[in-house]
Amino acid sequence: MSDMPVNSVTTRSWQRTALGDFWAVAAVALVAGALFLLFPTNLALLTRIIAVMLLVLSLDLVTGFSGVATLGHATLFGAGAYAAGIFAARFGVTDPLLMLAIGAVAGALAGAVTSLVILRGHGLSQLVLSIAVVSLAHEAANKLSAWTGGSDGLSGIAPSPLFGLFRFDLFGRTAFFMAVGLLLVVFVVLRIVVRSPFGMLCRGIKQDPVRVRAMGAPVYFTLVKMYAIAGAVAGLGGALSAIATKVVGLDSLSFTTSAEALVMLVVGGTGKLFGALVGTLVFVWFEDRVSAINPFHWLTIIGVLLIGVVLFAPKGLVGAAESLWARVRGRRS
Amino acid sequence: MGPCAGAPVMSLLEVRNLRKNFGGLAVTDDVSLNLAKGDRVALIGPNGAGKTTFVNLVTGQLKPHAGSVHLDGEDITAASPSRRVQAGLVRSFQVTRLFSEMTPEEHVALALLQKQGRSGRVFGDYRGMPAVMAETHEILALLNLDGIAQQPANSIAYGQQRLLEIALVMALRPKVLLLDEPAAGVPGSDTMLIERALERLPGDLAVLMIDHDMDFVFRFARRVVVLAAGAIIFDGTPAEVSRDPRVREAYLGSYADDRSQA
Amino acid sequence: MQTILSIAADSLAYGMVLFVISIGLSVTMGLMKVVNLAHGAFAMIGGYVASYATQQMGLPFGIAVIAAIVCTVLVAIPLERLLYRRIYGAPELTQVLMSIGITFAIIGIANFVMGPTLKTIALPEQLQGPVDLGFRSIAAHKLFAVAVGIVVAGGLWLLVERTPFGVRLRAAVDDAAMAEALGVKTKAVYAISFALAIGLAALGGVVGAQLLPIEPYYALHYMVTFLVVVSVGGAGSIAGALAASLILGLVQTTARYLAPEYGEFFFYLAVIAIVCTFPNGLLGRSK
Ligand SMILES: Nc1ncnc2c1ncn2[C@@H]1O[C@H](COP(=O)(O)OP(=O)(O)OP(=O)(O)O)[C@@H](O)[C@H]1O
Ligand SMILES: [Mg+2]
Repeated sequence: MSDMPVNSVTTRSWQRTALGDFWAVAAVALVAGALFLLFPTNLALLTRIIAVMLLVLSLDLVTGFSGVATLGHATLFGAGAYAAGIFAARFGVTDPLLMLAIGAVAGALAGAVTSLVILRGHGLSQLVLSIAVVSLAHEAANKLSAWTGGSDGLSGIAPSPLFGLFRFDLFGRTAFFMAVGLLLVVFVVLRIVVRSPFGMLCRGIKQDPVRVRAMGAPVYFTLVKMYAIAGAVAGLGGALSAIATKVVGLDSLSFTTSAEALVMLVVGGTGKLFGALVGTLVFVWFEDRVSAINPFHWLTIIGVLLIGVVLFAPKGLVGAAESLWARVRGRRS
Repeated sequence: MGPCAGAPVMSLLEVRNLRKNFGGLAVTDDVSLNLAKGDRVALIGPNGAGKTTFVNLVTGQLKPHAGSVHLDGEDITAASPSRRVQAGLVRSFQVTRLFSEMTPEEHVALALLQKQGRSGRVFGDYRGMPAVMAETHEILALLNLDGIAQQPANSIAYGQQRLLEIALVMALRPKVLLLDEPAAGVPGSDTMLIERALERLPGDLAVLMIDHDMDFVFRFARRVVVLAAGAIIFDGTPAEVSRDPRVREAYLGSYADDRSQA
Repeated sequence: MQTILSIAADSLAYGMVLFVISIGLSVTMGLMKVVNLAHGAFAMIGGYVASYATQQMGLPFGIAVIAAIVCTVLVAIPLERLLYRRIYGAPELTQVLMSIGITFAIIGIANFVMGPTLKTIALPEQLQGPVDLGFRSIAAHKLFAVAVGIVVAGGLWLLVERTPFGVRLRAAVDDAAMAEALGVKTKAVYAISFALAIGLAALGGVVGAQLLPIEPYYALHYMVTFLVVVSVGGAGSIAGALAASLILGLVQTTARYLAPEYGEFFFYLAVIAIVCTFPNGLLGRSK
């Protein structure tokens, strides 16, 4: 009896999501284009921001969508960065797309393996395990300096031209465009993944794992799989940063980077892909500006900002903007 | 009674000598129970008798200290809760457990996809799957949840959340269904909806329902099992149960009086 | 043999310092379920106050210790009122972020006020130089740290097991709602425990300043260490925190002596091994 209205609701929401995807991609591309025109001399910074965005998007998959508390997510970023870097510097695999692929695979592997440890804990013990994992990886990379360059960083990465045509120029234009392209692809894919049955299952696990089990779905395996996907995304970010900066440092594999990624995610808003993008852009941009003046001022500011976000905008900047928008629209109609 | 050797009636669910202690207290005390295809059993007993614990043991949320659980002749005592659900042993919760930020439509669709083994798919949106959508809305309509299909579960009334809990277990297409007080917290007028949904369940399904509402229980059940202090003290027809002196003593006295007065 | 003794002595001293600082965190975490990453920042504030009191004001060490405890608690009380109260019972992530925010702000302010350099605390005569124990000599300040650790452990044990306050505290740790229903003023218990925890952190910061030197990034460097101690020991357990401090102190010190090039590798390996085996900590209660 209610077939007609149901079907029309369906088609409408279906069209709406497709349209949403289009506008989301358009918005990201537009912002990237505007930044390119406004700050042509800051392309290296913008490319670095995009690499970090991939890390934060990856963290959002695990923390924002699936509810795993982690302060060690840089492990996956570092795995991608070092894998791509080592293959380039030691084995001559210098094709940038191949390096990205290597980074993604290494990140996915690191994600799956470390999740086996991290998922053994809950709450506090999960946090501590994640910290231990990233610290362990950090110390290992430091010790294996024959491969990683240790605390001097891994250098000697010389990516060959993109598609064999575009050299990675001094101004960082090629790197920037490659980064934007990569970000757009990842962003669209993640929007699809998040809406998929698997994405719903992960959201379900975040909200009530007991109920998920009582529906017959595996909790542990699902989270390991999500970790592998997140690892691929973070690994792409790591590889991108290796290609763009031509070095890999130990800080890409550190507790501090992990904690910063979490801060960016929360500032932007957890559980929304736009939150990860906005949080990263705001955080890294201001960090670059303020810490050039005095790193300690930066710490004070980010500290106060964090407290403010937790108290007054628990859904992050994007969440606050959404509710503001909803209120404005509500008043108008 | 006893294990019926060579009997033609094959039990779907067979619970043998289940035991569970919390501290020193035996909360499940040597409980054995069989459910056959098409059974409609009510499990009743005073508060704290161990009914929920029994369900938790059977569905694997708790581990028993002794005893075994068999589904379709297969020993599932060591199986994980999700394995049991996949095998067709499904339960509902006394205190609603839902995904607070998901809509009823998402709940039911996810359950259907899970049953079809498609919940691990990384691509595709259920809203683009006509068969899933049609089935989802059929189930939602059965429980009058169609109107609120798009609202987050934490924003709908508690009674509706209870109905959604039923919708969810129906979508899982169980062989054996254990319902823990499905009508608790549902406004009187809406228990009708639950009854209607239960009537729609396939006839060969085995259902065990816990409830305190005796009218509801007597309309639904063809067999009543009474649990008191962790042990089964009665297993028989609804007609017999109110006459059984031990049941009267342990539990039913007040209800029986109420009913005779009414 | 000498190496083994040195390792043993250093581990013990280091472990006791970890214990004195972390035990407060363990109590608040067990009681209020707050993951407070800023705990180390309070130890650092204590260290700064003692340094200022002894070096700038020329006050004796004993007074400086008391001043450090009092000042740190005075700094912490408004923070508890204004900030921490709002995150009791919040998800871990919220608590982590709020307390990271507090830590960052304290680091920035500490640098602004005290400068980026290392600060030392002037020790009294008796705590300088080595003490001869017969079979070997050991730095007096390390012995002092061990003694403080023993006194703190014993004092806390008496407080928790033998006083009316301890009864309330245990009741609130077990089940806050039930304790409240039985007439325990949990708010007051929380406030007193929080002050006690901060005071102990400050004490640990001062006593341990030779081993964990006072500088602005102190709060960040040792943030993880204290959190790890609590998690390994089990939140809310005094004996657990003591055991965890001593074990982790031993692992870290031994690794520093025998395999310095591996850094903290073995420390974190031990953490993973222990936490994976005992997800609720060595002596934590299961949930
Ligand atoms: N996890 C637990 N730990 C300790 N005791 C428990 C636990 N779960 C249940 N109990 C105790 O076991 C007994 C049986 O509880 P159960 O929830 O199974 O009763 P019930 O028959 O479902 O009661 P109700 O009709 O109120 O739902 C009660 O005394 C309860 O306090
Ligand atoms: Mg019950």
